[in-house]
Amino acid sequence: MERHDVAVIGAGVVGAALARTLSLTRTSVVLIEAQSEAGFGTSKANSGIIHAGHHGDPATLKGALEWPGNQAWDALAAELGFAFRRIGELTVAFDDAERAHLDLLEARGRAKGVPGLERWDAERVRREEPALSHDVVEALYAPTAGVVNPYEACYTLVENAVRNGVEAHFDAPVTAVEALEDGGGFALQAGGRRIEARYVVNAAGLYGDALNALAGASGPRLRARKGEEYLLDKRLQGYVERLVFPAPSATSKGTLIIPTYDGTLMVGPTAHETDDKEDLTTTAEGAAEVFEKVRRLAPGLQPSDTIAQFAGLRAVAEDDDFHVGATDVPRWLQALGIQSPGLTAAPVLAERLVAALAEQGLALEPDPDAEPTLPPPVRFATAEPVVQEALVARDPAYATMVCRCEWVTEGEIRDAIARGARTLDGIKFRTRAGMGRCQGGFCRLRCMELLERDAGIALPDVRKHNPGSWVAIARVDGTPGREVTS
Amino acid sequence: MISDRPQDLRTDYDVTVVGGGPAGMAAALGARAAGAERVLLLDRDQEAGGILNQCIHAGFGLHWFGEELTGPEYAQRFFENVLEEDLDVLLGAYVLDAAAGDGVRVASPTVGLATVPSRAIVLAMGARERTRAAVRIPGSRPEGVMTAGFAQKLVNQEGYLPGRRVAILGSGDIGLIMARRLKLEGVDVTGVYELQPHANGSNRNIVQCLDDFDVPLHLATTIAEIRGRDRVEGIRVAPVGEDGRVDVAAGDDVACDTVLTSIGLIPENELSRTLRLRMDPATGGPVVGSAMETSRDGVFACGNVVHVHDLVDHVSQEADLAGRSAGAYATGSLLPEDNVRLVPGANVRACVPHTISTDRTHVVHLRVARAMEACTLRLGDVHERPLRYAVPGEMTTVKVRPRALEGFAGGTLRVDVVPREEGVKA
Repeated sequence: MERHDVAVIGAGVVGAALARTLSLTRTSVVLIEAQSEAGFGTSKANSGIIHAGHHGDPATLKGALEWPGNQAWDALAAELGFAFRRIGELTVAFDDAERAHLDLLEARGRAKGVPGLERWDAERVRREEPALSHDVVEALYAPTAGVVNPYEACYTLVENAVRNGVEAHFDAPVTAVEALEDGGGFALQAGGRRIEARYVVNAAGLYGDALNALAGASGPRLRARKGEEYLLDKRLQGYVERLVFPAPSATSKGTLIIPTYDGTLMVGPTAHETDDKEDLTTTAEGAAEVFEKVRRLAPGLQPSDTIAQFAGLRAVAEDDDFHVGATDVPRWLQALGIQSPGLTAAPVLAERLVAALAEQGLALEPDPDAEPTLPPPVRFATAEPVVQEALVARDPAYATMVCRCEWVTEGEIRDAIARGARTLDGIKFRTRAGMGRCQGGFCRLRCMELLERDAGIALPDVRKHNPGSWVAIARVDGTPGREVTS
Repeated sequence: MISDRPQDLRTDYDVTVVGGGPAGMAAALGARAAGAERVLLLDRDQEAGGILNQCIHAGFGLHWFGEELTGPEYAQRFFENVLEEDLDVLLGAYVLDAAAGDGVRVASPTVGLATVPSRAIVLAMGARERTRAAVRIPGSRPEGVMTAGFAQKLVNQEGYLPGRRVAILGSGDIGLIMARRLKLEGVDVTGVYELQPHANGSNRNIVQCLDDFDVPLHLATTIAEIRGRDRVEGIRVAPVGEDGRVDVAAGDDVACDTVLTSIGLIPENELSRTLRLRMDPATGGPVVGSAMETSRDGVFACGNVVHVHDLVDHVSQEADLAGRSAGAYATGSLLPEDNVRLVPGANVRACVPHTISTDRTHVVHLRVARAMEACTLRLGDVHERPLRYAVPGEMTTVKVRPRALEGFAGGTLRVDVVPREEGVKA
């Protein structure tokens, strides 16, 4: 049995940010995740936008936290060494009614103190972003908007937390919650373990409402809102340089053009509520909708440019807002209904949760030995030749090319495993191995062999992501193998 | 077991060959045969042989060796020659960059990052498989969707089965061969689903891999959806109309745990683009002359880098020519001049080489767009000859001798494959 001060349930970006913030104190923390690695739920499929700060209505919690959240990312990226760039965004208007939306957003931004907002006339838009439709009449430019790879943020937050003493359990869905006597906290059943904690923070994403029910806590009912995203061919790199938003609608910030940190253009997401919290399908209708909408923004984009597609599910509360802090059960806290701009707000959501824990009596003392920084990962492909030489001199594994599409070396894959990757997706999202044009056709087996060698995962036990996603089913020699459900 | 020896790289290679598969090995040997002393063969893998190592079925070598061999046997014979000829071989080496006339920049755990000067370069990087992403199948993204080539490597080299009930999208040769391979291992193969109204693999493979093993081939049919959360649980198979529209409603659900894709090969030409070679959008490879020379002096190309072949024997022939040309170039000989440009015409998608001459004999490879029985090949109005048949799934290969082009002074020739009656000269 384990006993901790705080159990954080859910290693999405919010749980990861909270665990990492707590890891800089003397508090004993356990991070419990149902899936196989950090960020494999909602966070992985996030668009990766650090919102400029002026979109949300400040009367809502999500709107109020957008700008403070935005400002936290420079320091976070510098400390944890993940990629973050403020590429700026344009919200575009096609007529006077949409111009009125720009007025509203601009006024909101100015009231919040978002700096650098500019109105660009049609001519300026055409000069700066020639691929955008010539029907755009005006745009609101916000230089504070940025992009990250959301999974990188999750991984590095968790890695930093673990280096600072946080216990992390994966493949550990919480199946039972028991209140300990005399208000001493909770006992959780998770992944075959009994874990006791004086405080629990429920950051379990889509399943947070079910988890609250296990604890007898009331909270928002959560619905899944699906978003389909389409990644476009690399040759379109630079075709659009800034994030492009249409004038917003009621349910979402709309279907966007997203130049990702790595330069690939992404278009999406859709926003459709679904009753199925596991529905990660992309659909022909979704693709048609996305391309119809983004072709209005940039008519040159083609469905045939798609190289990969995926869907994610946002957890949406009935009132469409964040629910963060205490519940009606003492010492059981929640961070639920985290939809856009949840990624942007995650660092300040963590601070809010820490404050709420303190309010309920948790003593938080900074740990002078805690190390808030991580060494940045090696990236052979983008390193200067002299750096490449030095890497290879240090370890010849940096001269063995494993993923030739994205130029990922064996050394980088071994680093990723040393830093926590346990699945093929975990390697892919940390290193880009398998993300290129051949989609892992050549490097996958090599990655499997490295997982076997460095992480002790036998080749037939290697999986794409969660248990069940095995690559191999049985040995050719007739040894009975794994049963698959079909 | 194919292995290399410790290697100290020279600083003055005549010919460096990028890729140690069937094309690369034949090219390196061709270069030596043409008199090049200093020849280097590079491969990124730990073994030479490339994709042949996972092709454990027979059917290789009938043209080149006059006997039927498996892929590894075919590769082994070539590699033994490479060792006999004492060519330099560096395995586990990846070429990062190349410059015509200067050589290549290579990354390898044994030599680190090294610039290898070389007078001539032969590109022999082969091809990669098109993936699911290229055809955008709606649905979920479970494990169990993989290219046929990946499955082949998993089964034949690692000794693992990808699944128990397998559907195959696309009728490319690798998918057909895997249908038979998996049937032999007791795996259920639900069928091969081909979007086109015709098969893309060779007739021989349709008969020997599908018909002989009772695997149904569904033409004008595609996979309209993939289902399953962690692992594939099923697919929806739907007919495709003449207009290319998929009729999802008229489809059927098929239970399976694996989907193999065999939807074509793409020449692996990133290095060719680094070298800024002139490319042919129809083949996806560089434009080459009759000596397999590219648009850059001292850069040659052969095998699937240039255009996708059906038979490895043809790759070896083409690569031998490329290697001989590179060897001759590196040792100071002039390349022969071409005076005829071939341009794809009716029912011809591509032809290689892109130029030939009127005074030598050439082997010309064509890919047709549509299947035709007894038809006529026409080279402009200079020459025509009958073809027994021409199908998109099989490369059409013809020998063009000087006699055929007699009286033609040079210039552009349109290459047509037309029904026989149209081909009859007035």
